Amino acid sequence: MTHPGEMSCAEFQAHLPELIGSGQDMSNHPHLRECELCRALLADLQTIADAARQLFPQEEPPAEIWDKIESALKSEDGKEESLPKSK
Amino acid sequence: MPRPPSPAQSPDATMPKRNEETAASRPAGRTSFTSINPPNPIEDDVLARAQAGDHQAFAQLYALHKRRIYSLCLRMVGNIAEAEDLTQEAFLQLHRKIGTFRGDSAFSTWLHRLAINVVLMQLRKKGLSLISLDEAMEPTPEEGPGRSFGAPDLTLTGAIDRLALERAVADLPAGYRLIFILHDVEGFEHNEIASMLDCSIGNSKSQLHKARLKLRDALRKHLPQETQL
Ligand SMILES: [Zn+2]
Repeated sequence: MTHPGEMSCAEFQAHLPELIGSGQDMSNHPHLRECELCRALLADLQTIADAARQLFPQEEPPAEIWDKIESALKSEDGKEESLPKSK
Repeated sequence: MPRPPSPAQSPDATMPKRNEETAASRPAGRTSFTSINPPNPIEDDVLARAQAGDHQAFAQLYALHKRRIYSLCLRMVGNIAEAEDLTQEAFLQLHRKIGTFRGDSAFSTWLHRLAINVVLMQLRKKGLSLISLDEAMEPTPEEGPGRSFGAPDLTLTGAIDRLALERAVADLPAGYRLIFILHDVEGFEHNEIASMLDCSIGNSKSQLHKARLKLRDALRKHLPQETQL
């Protein structure tokens, strides 16, 4: 088809999911060296991916959830085995 | 109507063994992401005891995983009360099914898969976002190349507004949202996501890409005109 250096933006972007997903270093990609649009696109996507981690900290669930789980487990146990658990 | 993924499947019923992309192949630029599945002998021991029916060990497993599972539920349904119910249901199912975990994948991957199924069933019950989820799982044909061309002066320039991003993520179709959360927020690898969602690794990569493109579009709309440098 075409030489890598003559790749169009559309062709380059069609390969982007795979290029990004494989984690290759793209800084020397011939198309990127020449194309400001695609460099900007890539920078934005990286910015979004980086921001995701910082902006969505894990939340602590309320303690009552475990209480509910425990009592549900107890009643399930009660249904399945009538013998009291020896501990 | 495309065939829906089957959420009721037991977590390991169709677990493929895809290990071609291991942690070792993680790109250097992503090393700041905390490793999700480090070998953890303490957890292995807790897991074995929980599988043997040790209630205290199960409580420890809950303590180890509650934040990630709750956060996943919360991001998926966007509602605290529902997220609490789903977290509870996920761990009750874990208790029922923990004996079937065979160690074919990391436990956290397996548990996430189980929790995702719980969340998906809930979303389906509500009739919400079903189509978008299935669509996101389908390999879509070329989505008009050129749609992501934008003026270079509209770049996000590194500063993303927290609320704008949260809103944009909440507005994503459920399927895109799920993959974005699993990969970019929680740090799962594509091979792990593929096994959780019963899709191909290539599909996971392309859906993540589309999710980020949609987020970019949404965030650029919110860029104040003056900051276009
Ligand atoms: Zn280009």
